[in-house]
Formats: sequence, structure tokens, C-alpha cells
Amino acid sequence: MTPFTYVRATDAQTAVRLADSRHPGVRYLGGGTNLVDLMRETVERPTALVDVTGLSNEITETDGGGLLIGAAVRNTALAEHRLVRSRYPMLARAIVAGASPQIRNMATVAGNILQRTRCAYFYDQAGSRCNKREPGQGCDAIDGFNRMHAILGASPSCVATHPSDMCVALAALDATVHLNTAQGERRLPFADLHRLPGDEPDRDTVLQPGDLITAVELPALPLAARSAYRKVRDRSSYAFALVSVAAALAVENGTVTDVRLALGGVAPKPWRPLAAERALRGQPATEAVFRAAAAAELAAAEPLRDNAFKVELAQRTIVAVLGELAENGLAGGGA
Amino acid sequence: MSIVDKGKEAVQGIAQAVVKKAVELAPGALLPGGRPDPLIRRQHGHIGKPVSRVDGPLKVRGAAPFAAEVALDGMVYAALAYSTIARGRIAAIDTALAEAAPGVVLVMTHRNAPRLNPPPRFLTGDKAAAGDDSPIMQDDRVRWNGQPVALVLADSQEQADHARSLIRVTYAEEPAATSLPTADGCEVGTFMGEPLRAVVGDADAAFAAAPNKVEAVYRTPRHNHNALELHAATLVWRGDELFVHDATQAVAHTAWSLAQIFGLEEAQVHVGSPFVGGGFGGKGLWPHQILAAAAARLAGRPVRIVLSREGVYRAVGGRSPTEQRVALGADADGRLTAIIHRGVTPKTRHSPMPEPFILPTQSAYAAETIALEVQTCYLDMVANTFMRAPGEAVGTVALECAIDELAERLGMDPIELRILNEPDKDPISGRPFSSRNIVAAYRAGAERFGWDRRNPVPRSRREGEWLVGMGCATATYPYHRMPGGAARITLDAAGRARIDAAAHEMGMGTATTHTQVAADRLGLPLEAVSVRYGDSSLPGVILAGGSQQTASVGLSVMMAHQELVGELLKLAGNDSPLAGLGVDEVESADAGLRKRDEPDRFESYASILARSGRSELAVESSAPMPLETMHWSMHSYGAMFCEVRVNAVTGETRVSRFLGSFDCGRIINPKTAASQFRGGIIMGLGLALMEETQFDERNGRIMTRNLSDYHLPVHLDVPEIDVIWTDIPDPHAPMGARGIGEIGITGTGAAVANAIHNATGRRVRDFPITLDKLL
Ligand SMILES: Cc1cc2nc3c(=O)[nH]c(=O)nc-3n(C[C@H](O)[C@H](O)[C@H](O)COP(=O)(O)OP(=O)(O)OC[C@H]3O[C@@H](n4cnc5c(N)ncnc54)[C@H](O)[C@@H]3O)c2cc1C
Ligand code: SF4
Repeated sequence: MTPFTYVRATDAQTAVRLADSRHPGVRYLGGGTNLVDLMRETVERPTALVDVTGLSNEITETDGGGLLIGAAVRNTALAEHRLVRSRYPMLARAIVAGASPQIRNMATVAGNILQRTRCAYFYDQAGSRCNKREPGQGCDAIDGFNRMHAILGASPSCVATHPSDMCVALAALDATVHLNTAQGERRLPFADLHRLPGDEPDRDTVLQPGDLITAVELPALPLAARSAYRKVRDRSSYAFALVSVAAALAVENGTVTDVRLALGGVAPKPWRPLAAERALRGQPATEAVFRAAAAAELAAAEPLRDNAFKVELAQRTIVAVLGELAENGLAGGGA
Repeated sequence: MSIVDKGKEAVQGIAQAVVKKAVELAPGALLPGGRPDPLIRRQHGHIGKPVSRVDGPLKVRGAAPFAAEVALDGMVYAALAYSTIARGRIAAIDTALAEAAPGVVLVMTHRNAPRLNPPPRFLTGDKAAAGDDSPIMQDDRVRWNGQPVALVLADSQEQADHARSLIRVTYAEEPAATSLPTADGCEVGTFMGEPLRAVVGDADAAFAAAPNKVEAVYRTPRHNHNALELHAATLVWRGDELFVHDATQAVAHTAWSLAQIFGLEEAQVHVGSPFVGGGFGGKGLWPHQILAAAAARLAGRPVRIVLSREGVYRAVGGRSPTEQRVALGADADGRLTAIIHRGVTPKTRHSPMPEPFILPTQSAYAAETIALEVQTCYLDMVANTFMRAPGEAVGTVALECAIDELAERLGMDPIELRILNEPDKDPISGRPFSSRNIVAAYRAGAERFGWDRRNPVPRSRREGEWLVGMGCATATYPYHRMPGGAARITLDAAGRARIDAAAHEMGMGTATTHTQVAADRLGLPLEAVSVRYGDSSLPGVILAGGSQQTASVGLSVMMAHQELVGELLKLAGNDSPLAGLGVDEVESADAGLRKRDEPDRFESYASILARSGRSELAVESSAPMPLETMHWSMHSYGAMFCEVRVNAVTGETRVSRFLGSFDCGRIINPKTAASQFRGGIIMGLGLALMEETQFDERNGRIMTRNLSDYHLPVHLDVPEIDVIWTDIPDPHAPMGARGIGEIGITGTGAAVANAIHNATGRRVRDFPITLDKLL
């Protein structure tokens, strides 16, 4: 780990000012569960840390019936929140499907969103080539171990996945990110925050250095009260997703009236399968339709040496999750 | 005698000439027709009781000092930098930034490291301990990707870690052998100079002619050691003497080997290792202790070195991958006419042995013809090494899956097929079994597990998305007792006894079980016995490996006890009720000696010592050569039963029930034994379903180097594991007990795979069985 200075910010303005004055080489510090690991590996070498765990850790209802979640809310607190569990069960389930209780107790909402890929070559600062770490160096994963890597949205420069579970739910829920930047406050649709690698794989998001996430807002989404998150992984717990699916489904008289879907483990960002959603809306809620919708989305998949199975796995998981929601919906008489 | 068997004996150090000489010294218990260890018959003693660990309270309080916790005055901290190429030379190494970094005391590379003798490679001598005999930092060569190339000493661990990240190495890379096709030569593997090959009859011809046959290739991946405790040593030079607080399974071996490396007398090196946080074969002598000692000498400061988790992957070897072809031929009734088990596994030129996966097949089944062979190919990689049940853990995967496949082909119950082929003597060596009750283990296990509820038709049980199936497999691990066992018994004036032996406590309960055994041996209550271990100054050259430590120490204490009785009778003199009695006429009981057939003729130890004016009496004795394995085929056995649930949508496998039914001779402590069995089984579940080192064949680099990427079972992956045992004493093993430490991992992988086949109809032969293989 490279030596660094540490300051603790008490509010957003101070944080942004502190960051600005220490630029470049400054990083915000949330729970540290990702950043500190990367510093130990010398993948990240900040010269200054601004601790932002003292920012808002409130979860409040918005006027429109949504939720405003402070950036410093711990993952555990978010998953346990009464309104999250009742109105957005997919989010609560996605969070507890991730990491371990100890890590979730430390991890913050903003930190979770901005956690970096788990590509092993990215972490291996000493011995592997990685365009995300060192642009232009090459990518050792493309022809190497890439079982965990992307089948959608990747580029020849980087095929890494975004590892978060929580973010998959946030993508499906059409969340909005609140930012505080040197230029002032700003809002950004969650779907536009993370970016695909293209030929700039080092930039995971559209944020500029020093941009601070202050909150995440969830819109009112009655549909989400009946939602699910399913994570498929290599062991029962404490493993990143090979494929995960967040879904909410509204069915009336056997027809899909509305749907929200997002996929994890398959792309460089939380993946919103809009093609599949389009193929579902207004169609009968049958397995055949679910299958066709999943196939429509995965038609664009470009598997690598070790991850072709994800194409089939993602489709099966989508179909199973939608099937379960449709069935529960019928049993519960809609809502 | 088969060549494989010779190899096995060789590893136990039995050279024929030595054996002849040792026969005269051997106790009758271990020879045919001789008297078994009297403790075997002893009932109602401490043996067999679920005694809690004597060091439990210390560990629960965090008061048991591990190697990385010992603090020495003026100590500095070490960090290692590792190579990033598999083969070549260090063309340049820039240490200037590191040397200038805060807190740095020393940067050591091949340029300034003291000149050392080569590390004595394990198995090349009685006390050789090194897992790798490469001359690290003695030249500019790089021999594997991950080899230590520089060591930094600094005032804090953080400073050392930082400084080592500033070291820049330029390599002159050379073509490396990092995959089987590029291997630097292949040949029949050898184990202590003997080829790993055995032939009985013409197995290929018998297989070709067999009316029923199965033939398949099974692959197991590379595995790495992941003991909870990282490899660590805290060490200091005092003059020309080296004191090492180590985490090792071999204190005496390590002391001798370090003495060789540094050109010292054995007595100048002191290795202590009272607590080890898991060894599994990986805690031997590796480059870190050697380099830390060299750096401590250069810097003139005590040094603590703790490998990072990555460091363990880079510098400490693991299990090699295997590719095993098993072909079984059977007659119409299911009797085996041919067993062929051949395959290939990589090794380095610096490691002690290739993964000997044919070992479990040697004594498994009565077959008319047998052909076994391990081909080994040389790669440039970290030296492969011993890992819990080397050979058996992965060999049983291939053999026991093949047996299951044959049972299906024959339409037979897999247990009945095994029982039908149960040998009445060792199929290769022809020796009688010392004790083999595997059929009883199968019957008891099947009953308790509810094997009769298994539907032999695959994919016939489904609960929602989950396909449910059952499988079984045989577990087996040989009884070993290596030469070098020794122990001292010291009686004090109060009649208490202390046992001293250079043995090891890696969490398995060494001190506890030997307290029990010694208490029974000496006729003392548990409180009156203490056990000192984990120090090279204590008697014996005792490896905590090969599941042999209990036998080695147990027999040594038995020999010392015989001598102690003789000494006590001498001291007792004419005024004692024991006057005139010989060693064979008395026995230990009630904290003293009594005449066997006249129990009233008794005198306590305390009284004997008091009358002779002695404050203590110490005797030391060594165990004889392991002749028992010359006369008998000796193995521990188990019948493993597994129930799995495989998700029909995602291919995810969950083990829902597991039972191990063991036949390992007498169980000395049911509590500690159950933990050994369960721990082995859990490791076997990992082997079956998830454990896999990703070794990048392009550059020989290990890419899974932490517990996030390298998957071991987490709690949720492990169901309740039931363990039962026959508890039938082995008349030819000390205390009647054979080894229990490694057997749990054997058979488990195949039991899981067989259960998955029963659940899904899919036969996966490529391990681990991850979900993508079941989609
Ligand atoms: C072993 C292990 C297993 C894991 N398994 C999973 C899993 O299965 N699923 C899963 O989803 N996650 C998993 N994780 C990842 C975990 O969820 C993240 O590490 C965690 O969410 C990060 O949150 P943090 O607050 O600790 O972030 P930090 O490590 O503190 O920060 C992460 C990044 O966010 C930036 N940042 C923090 N706060 C702000 C802010 N307010 N504004 C702008 N930038 C900010 C930091 O500068 C840094 O770049 C695992 C982690 C580990 C170590
Ligand atoms: S996939 Fe991306 S993160 Fe991984 S090595 Fe390639 S460029 Fe780096």
C-alpha cells in the first residue's frame, strides 16, 4: 500500500471541497471493502483519502412515494429497511445475496455502486496485463481465464463484468443517482452512470474525478412489491454471480402489463435487457413468451473461451424467475 | 512384491538391510504371532472417551501463541517480491526506491543474499524437510512464476509491503514448460527412487476380452494449500545459533535441514512450533523460512515473516492436476478381471514426488489382472507437494467413479459390486490384511443412511426444481509409521508424568489423545499427565504427516514405558512389595506398579521415587522400525454416502446429506476423531464441487490467489455430516489405532459425483463439478 493522507468529511460540500483541494490522487472512502483491497494490491494508489462514511445514512420517503437513500447507508441497513423489504424486495434480496454479513456491515451504498470488477488480471498488478488498470497494456483475460467475464456489452479492450448484486436491482428499479460535484448538484439516471468499456475501459462510469454520490433515489414502483432476485453462483454463499436476474412483473388476465428486468454477471455494467422487456409487454405470461424474450436479449451475446454456458444459463434463469413471479402473482390474485 | 509397494516402503524409509537389523529390536506386538499392544484390550480407560482438547481453553482465550504472534525485541518485518515469469534470468533488479523507502532495514536479492547450501529436498534423507530444493536467491535464475526474487525487511509490516512494491525487476525470459504439451520431458513417475507402476498379469488383454467393461478418463485440477493460518516464522540468531518460532509439521526435520543450509551443527538450530493453524501437508520447509533466516543474519535483527495469502500460492506448492484413465473389465457376475489405472500428472524437477494417484488402487479390489502407472511430466511451476491424502484423494475419484459406472453397466448395486470384489489378501503384495472391515462399514453406513431408499434409475427423483440422488464410494488411506519415532517419559516425585516428543499440534488434538494414551499406559488420571511437543529439542524425528503421528508417538511411549518399568523395578529395591519381580510380571495401574496376577503387590510411583531419594525419573526410547507394514497390508477404510440436490434449471449442486462410515481401528478420542473425519470430508466436498487453482498455461501464473477467487466450501455448502466407525482394533497397530487424519478426503469426491449421476443421469468426469458441466 502506498502512503496516503486521510481526512474525514462531515458533509457533502466539505467532501467535494476537500477532494478538490487534494486533486489528483484523491479517492472517497466508503466502507473500504473494495478500495482498501485495491490499495493493498497497489492497483489503486491514492495519495489522499476523504472518508465519506459521515455523509447521510438516512433512508427517507420522498413525496412521490419513493425512497431517498443516503450514500453512506450501509448495505446491511438498506437490506433490512422495512420499506425496502415491502416495496422493493428484489433490492433487499440482491444485497443479502452479496458478499458476507461482515462486508455488508461495512459496505456503503455509494461504495457498492462504484466497486470495481473482480477480474483476476485486473487485480494482479505485478504480473498481468490489463487495459482497465493500465490503458493500452493489453487484456490478459480475453484469451485467458474468463469464466466470470462478460457475454454482453464487452469490447475488444475489456471483457470484465461489473460485480455488484445491489446494482442489478437498482438498474431494474430505474433508480436515480444524486451527485455533488465541483460544478454543483446533479442527478443522473442510474442506467446512465456505468458505461461500457468501448476503447476506454479504465472509465467504469461517467463520473469525473471528485464527483461525489450523495444519495440514490428509488421511484415509486408498485410493480416492484412483487419482485425477485435470483443469483446463480459457484457455491451457496460468498461468491460473485455467474448470472443474476432481478425482475418485477405485473400480469393482468394472463397478459404481461409491465415488467422490469436486469441482469448481473453478464456485462460490464448492470444490464437492463430492454429487448427482453419489449418482447414481454402486452404478451401472454407463458413460458414460451418468457423463453422468446430471454432469447431475444441473449441473441447479441458474444461468449468467450470459458463462459459460453452463461448464454444458456442467463436465459434459463430469466425464464425461471419470470415463471415464478407469474405463478405467485396468480396465486396471490394479482397486485 | 510390487514396485509400487516397494516405493511405499521406501517412503517409510525401510531399506532391507536396516530391516534385518531391526527385527531383533522389534517388540513382539508388531510381528506375526506376537503379542498385540496390551492397551488394545484395555476397556474402561481413557482411550475411547470424548475428552475435550487440553489446549482448548488456551485457544478460546487467544492465549495459544502461533508463530506470527511471537514478539521479539528489535524485530523487523519481512515482505517478499515474487517473479512474474516462469523461466529465465533476472537481467536487472532495481531496489533503490525500496531501499530509500521509510523504515526499510534491508533489501535482499540474489546479489547480496548470503551463500547457502541447497535445501535438502524432502524424502532425500531422514530429516530432509524442503518442499523445493531450488537455490533461491543464490543465482539469477527464475524457475517458476511466483518465485521469490527479493525480500524486504522494515520496521513495520506496512513499510515492508510498500517497499517491496517499489522493486522493479527486468527479466530475460526463456521459453518455459507451463502445459503438458510443452512439458520438459515425461517419464514413469518415481517415489523415493522406485517407479510408480505395478503389473499383475496382462491387464490389457484381460480388459480386451472382458464381457463387461467401462473405460474413461477422469481429470482433477490443481489445488492449493489454504490452511487458515498463513505460513509464518519469527526467528532470531543468537551468535551462531538460530532460534525459529515456526508453523511446521516437522520441527526436527526443519532444524536439521536449516542446519545443512546454513552450514551449522544440528544442535545450533532450534525450531519450536507449539501450535499450527492447519498443515495438510503444506507446512514444511519452504523458501520463506530460509530467506528470513538469511536476512536476519544479514541485518543482525530478529525477523518475522508471514506469507500473504498470495504468498502461499506463489511460494508454497499444492496438489498437481491429474489425468487418469481407468478401465475395468468384469465377468458376467461382476467379478473384476482387469483393473487398469494409468495417467499423467505434472511435477517440477525440484519437488519430492509426483501426485501418486494409483496408490488407492493397489489394495482396493480382487482382480485377476492389474496395471497401474503414473506418468509424470516436468513443468516450470511452483514445486508441487503433499496435500491431504496425496494420491488417494484424487485417485479414489477416478477409481470409485469407474466402479460406479461399472455397477450401472452391470445393473448391480454399487455396494454389492464392491463387496463381491472384496479381496481376501492384498491383491498386489499378497500380504494378509492386518484388519479390514470395509464390508461392515458399508453395511452399517447403508443402514444408517437409508441406502435402500435410493432409486437405481438415474434422474428418477425430483422435488420442484431439484433433482435428488444418492451415491457412495470407498475411502482408503494406508497405515504409515515412519522411522524416527521416539519419546521420553519423566515421572516426578508426586507421581505425575510428562511425555516429551517432537510431535505437532495442528489442531487435530495431539496433546489430548497422547495424554489419554499415556494415562492409560501409565495407570494415571488425565490430570497427572502432561505432553510436551512441538520443539526440535525433544526426542524423535516425527512427521505430522501420512496420518502417522499417533502411531509413531504411541509406540514410542509404549517402548519408553517398558523401559520405565524396568528402571522403577531397579529403584524399588528389596524393601518394595515389588521386590524380585521382572518387567513381564508387573503392570502399571493406580499411579504405580503392581504384580499382574497379584494386584496387592503394589507400590506407587511416588513411593518408589521417594524411597530411592529421586525427585524424578526420566527414560527415553525410540520406536522400532515399522515392521508391521512388512508383514501386513495395513489401511484405514471408509464407506462414504452422499445425497445431493442438483438444480434442474441452473445446474447448481447442493450436498444435502453426507455420512462417513469408517474402519480405522480403534478410535482413541471420538470427539477429536470426528473432527478429523468431518474436516476431511468437507475438504472432499470442495474437491468435488469447487476447488480449482487457475494456472494460466500461457505464463505459468496462478490467477486464483485469494479465498475470494479460490473457492472452498462455505458453511452453507456443508450439510450436517454424520460419522460412524467400526471401532474394531487393529491387532498390529499401536493402541489398535490406524490413521484418521487424511482418509476423510478420500472417496468423498467420487461419492458426490456418483450421487450427481444418480440425481441427473449426467456423468461428469472433469472435476470440480461446477454448474456449467450440468446445464
Ligand atoms: C470477498 C468479497 C466478496 C464480495 N462479494 C460480493 C458479492 O457477492 N456481491 C456484491 O455485490 N459485492 C460483493 N463484494 C463487494 C462489496 O459489495 C463491495 O466491496 C462494497 O459494496 C463496496 O462498498 P464500500 O463502501 O466498502 O466501498 P469502498 O471500498 O469504500 O469504495 C469503493 C469505491 O467507491 C468510491 N466511493 C465510495 N463512496 C463514494 C461516494 N459517496 N461518492 C463517490 N465515490 C465513492 C471509492 O472511492 C471507491 O472507488 C465482495 C467483496 C469482497 C471483499
Ligand atoms: S477483462 Fe478488463 S479488467 Fe480484465 S484484464 Fe481485460 S482489460 Fe483488465
